[in-house]
Amino acid sequence: MRIGIDVGGTNTDAVLMDGRRVVAWAKSPTTPDVTGGMLAALRALLAQAPDVTPARDISAVMIGTTHFTNAVVERKRLAPTAAVRLGAPATAALPPMVDWPDDLRAAIGGRGYLIEGGHEFDGREINPLDEKRLRELARQLTDEGIEAVSVTGVFSPVTPAHEERAAAILRDAAPGLHVTQSHEIGRVGLLERENATILNSSLVRLAGQMTQALRDALAGMQLTCPFYLSQNDGTLMNAEYAARFPVLTFSSGPTNSMRGAAFLSDVKEGIVVDIGGTTSDVGMLRHGFPREAGASVEVGGVRTNFRMPDVYSFGLGGGSLIRREPELSIGPDSVGYRLTEQALVFGGETLTASDIAVAAGLAVMGDPARVAHLDRVFAGQAVQRMRTMLETAIDRMKLAADPVPVVLVGGGHVLVGDQLAGASVVLRPANCQVANAIGAAIAQVGGEIERVYDLSAMSRTAALDAARQEAVDRARAAGAAPSSIEIVEVEEVPLTYLPSNATRIHVKAVGDLAA
Amino acid sequence: MWKITADDLESIAIGAGILGTGGGGNPYLGKVRMREHVKAGRTATIIRPEDVPDDACVVSVFNMGAPTVGYERLPQGEEEWTALRALEAHIGRKADAIVPGEIGGSNSIAPLVVGAQCGVPVIDADGMGRAFPELQMETFTFNGVSMTPLALSSHKGETVILRDIDDPHEVERVARRWAVAHGARAGTAGSVMTGAQLKAFGIPGTLTLARRVGEAVRAARNTRADIHAAVLAVTGGRRLFTGKIVDVERRTTAGFARGEVTLAADDQSRCMIAFQNENLIARAIAPDGSERVLAIVPDLICIVDSETGEPVTTELLRYGLRVTVLGIPAPVQLRTPRALEFVGPRAFGYDTDFRPLELVAGKG
Repeated sequence: MRIGIDVGGTNTDAVLMDGRRVVAWAKSPTTPDVTGGMLAALRALLAQAPDVTPARDISAVMIGTTHFTNAVVERKRLAPTAAVRLGAPATAALPPMVDWPDDLRAAIGGRGYLIEGGHEFDGREINPLDEKRLRELARQLTDEGIEAVSVTGVFSPVTPAHEERAAAILRDAAPGLHVTQSHEIGRVGLLERENATILNSSLVRLAGQMTQALRDALAGMQLTCPFYLSQNDGTLMNAEYAARFPVLTFSSGPTNSMRGAAFLSDVKEGIVVDIGGTTSDVGMLRHGFPREAGASVEVGGVRTNFRMPDVYSFGLGGGSLIRREPELSIGPDSVGYRLTEQALVFGGETLTASDIAVAAGLAVMGDPARVAHLDRVFAGQAVQRMRTMLETAIDRMKLAADPVPVVLVGGGHVLVGDQLAGASVVLRPANCQVANAIGAAIAQVGGEIERVYDLSAMSRTAALDAARQEAVDRARAAGAAPSSIEIVEVEEVPLTYLPSNATRIHVKAVGDLAA
Repeated sequence: MWKITADDLESIAIGAGILGTGGGGNPYLGKVRMREHVKAGRTATIIRPEDVPDDACVVSVFNMGAPTVGYERLPQGEEEWTALRALEAHIGRKADAIVPGEIGGSNSIAPLVVGAQCGVPVIDADGMGRAFPELQMETFTFNGVSMTPLALSSHKGETVILRDIDDPHEVERVARRWAVAHGARAGTAGSVMTGAQLKAFGIPGTLTLARRVGEAVRAARNTRADIHAAVLAVTGGRRLFTGKIVDVERRTTAGFARGEVTLAADDQSRCMIAFQNENLIARAIAPDGSERVLAIVPDLICIVDSETGEPVTTELLRYGLRVTVLGIPAPVQLRTPRALEFVGPRAFGYDTDFRPLELVAGKG
C-alpha cells in the first residue's frame, strides 16, 4: 500500500491506496512548518485503517508540496547564492540574474561571476576552463560564508565536461559548498536554465532541512519506507534527489491534481477544475496528462524553461469572501484554512462561498440553519456568478468550441452544480476531494535526455535510438520497473541556419515505481 | 530624431517578433541586453532616412548565425560594434550612420546596441522589412550595393574582412562558413553605401513600424481589445486563419529548418504553412482537399498566439497551440521584379509566381 500526501496552501490531504483502490483519506489544515499539518493528516488517515501496520504494510510515501515555490514567491528562507557562469568572453552582455526582480536578486545576495570556460554548439571549448579562478572563488565564497553555488556552462546540456570539472574543483577547494550544475536541471536556453539552477541553489539549504524534517516526521509514525517528492512533470524523485533538486517540485500541485482527476474519472481528454480553499486551477488533459505551457514559464518573476502544466488560476475557492456592498463580489481573498472557524455555517461571522453553496442547496456542511436568513435572490445571483467565473475559465483553456468532459476535483467542487456551459458532462468522481494526493500516490518515475546530435555523422534513426535508450536507462536508474517503462515524449528540433545537420532531440521515458 | 527608451524596447521586441514572420530569432534577449545599456544611461539616437545627407557613409549592421545557438551562447556584447570598427578601419572612414540589415526578429535590436555603445545614429529603416534567412536577401544588395567589404566578428573579438566578392550568394556562403566555424553567431557590418543610396533602396520607417505594432499589441492587451485587429490596423494586413496546430513536420535540408505546420479550425477547415526558418507560403485546404494560396513570400505570414498576440516562431510551433495567422503585405521594395529574383517564391524553390496578398487572400 502507498500513502499520497498533498501539502496545499490551505489543506494538507493524505490518502491511503491499495493498488488502484482508495482505502481511506483525510484532510488537515496546512501548518507553516509543513510537518505539523502532515502529521495531523497522517494520524487521521491511519486512524481509519486500524489493520494497517505502517512499518510493514506501507511501501512508499509520495509527497507533493508547494513549499519551495512559496519560498521563491515570498522571497523567504532563501540562502545566499553565488551564480558562476562558464563562458567568458561570450555571454558577458547578459550577466547572471540580469532580468530578475530586484527584490529576489537582493534576497539571495546578487553574486554573479563570469569566468572562462564553456563550449560551442559542436562541443569545442569556447576557452579552456579557468581552474585557477575557480579555486580563488571557492576561497572567497568560504570567507564570505556562502554555501550555495550554481554552475552554468554554455552548451552544458550538450557537453557537460566543464560544469562537472568546475563542480569538482569548487567542492575540493571548499568542501562545505553545495554546488548545483545546470545540465542536471534544464535544457538548452542559457538564461532560463541558469535562472532555474540559481533558484535551486538558493533552495538547497531549505530542502535539506525540509527533507530531514519529513523523514523524522514519517519515522515518528513508523513509516520507515522510502518517500518521494512530486516533480513538475508529474513524476517522482526520491528524498535524496529532492534535497539536491528542490526546484523540480515547482508546479507539482496542479500536475498531481490533474493526474489524480484523470485516474479517478478515466477521462483522458478533457478539462480538470480543481477548486481549493482560495483558488481554482483549470487545466486540460491530453492523453491523460496535463497539457504543457508554452516556451517559458515565470516563477516568482523569473523566466525558466521548465515544462510546466498549462494551468489558469483564479480566485475562487470554498473560503472565498462574498461581499454584498457596494455590489456582489466574490474573492479573490479567502478565509483559507480558517474556513471551519470563520464561515457562517461553522459558527463564524464571515460570509464565504461555502455558505452560499449550503444556502443554495448545493452542499451539505456545518449548520444550514445559520444561513437560512440569506436572501434567496442574492444567493442565486452569487451561485450564478461563481458558475460564470468557472465557465469563462473553462472556455479559456479549451482548444475547440466542442463541449468536452469537465472533471471537478478539490474540496470546493460543491460550489457549482452539474450544468456548465461548454461541458459535455460534469463529473465528480468518488474521492475527488483528494485528487491531488491521489495524483501523488499514483505518480510514476521518469528519465529524460536532451542532446544535440550531428546527423552528418550518424543517421536520424540511430540518434533517436540512442536518445531513447538513454532516457530508458535514466528512468530505470530513477527506480522504474523495467517492464513498465514507456517513451512518452520525443521532440526533435533542427538547429536552424547551420549547414551541418545538427538536431536537438529530447526524449522522456516514464515507468511505474518498482515494488 | 528620437532616443530609444526602455518602454520603446518592450514594444519593438513584440513588433519585431511579429515582423520576423516565424524566423529571425526571439528579440527577448536583445531587449534585455539593450535595456541594460539604457539603465546605465546609454541609448541609441534614431534618425529619419530623409535626415541623412546624400554623401553620408551608411553601413548595414546585423548578426548572422543560428538563433537556436543565440539562446545558449549569449553574446559577448561587442560583436557588432567590433565588426563595424573593423569595417571602418578597412574603408578608412567612419560610418556617419548605421542601418539595421533586418527589422524582423532579434536583428531589430543589435544595431540599437551599437548605437548605444559608440553614439553612431541609427536610421529608422532596414533592408528587409521583415526577416529573411540569407544575407543577400536585402534591398541594398538587389539594387546593386556591393555586400563587400563585409566585416565579421566573433565573441572573442576575432575579425575577418571579406572583400571583392561580386556574387552575393558567394558572400553568403563564405560568411556563413566563417560564422559556423566561430560558434555559429557573428556580428556583421557591410553593404557600405551613401546616404542617397540608403534613401533610394532602404525600406523607410520600419523601426517605427515595429514599435507601433508592439504598442498596438500592448494597448489591446491592456484594454482587452482584439489584439489581431490592432496589429492589422497598423500593418494593413488581414487575418488569414484561426485555429489550433494539429501537426508540425520538420526536416533539416542544406542547413535550414524546413517544414510544414498544419492548423485546423473549429469548422474543420485547414491551413498549411510551409516554412524555411521563416514562413513562406500559406494555403487553405477545403474539406474536399482542394487548395488555395492565402499568402506567399515575400508577403509576411505571421503566426501569433490567438490569446496574447505573442509571435510564435517556427522553433516554438507545437501541437495544440491556438494561433492566428496574419498576412501583411510586403513593402513595395520587395515586390519589384528584381527584388522577387532574390526574395520571391522561386528564390525559395517554389515553382510559382508571386501574387500579392491583396489579390489572393480575398476579403479579410
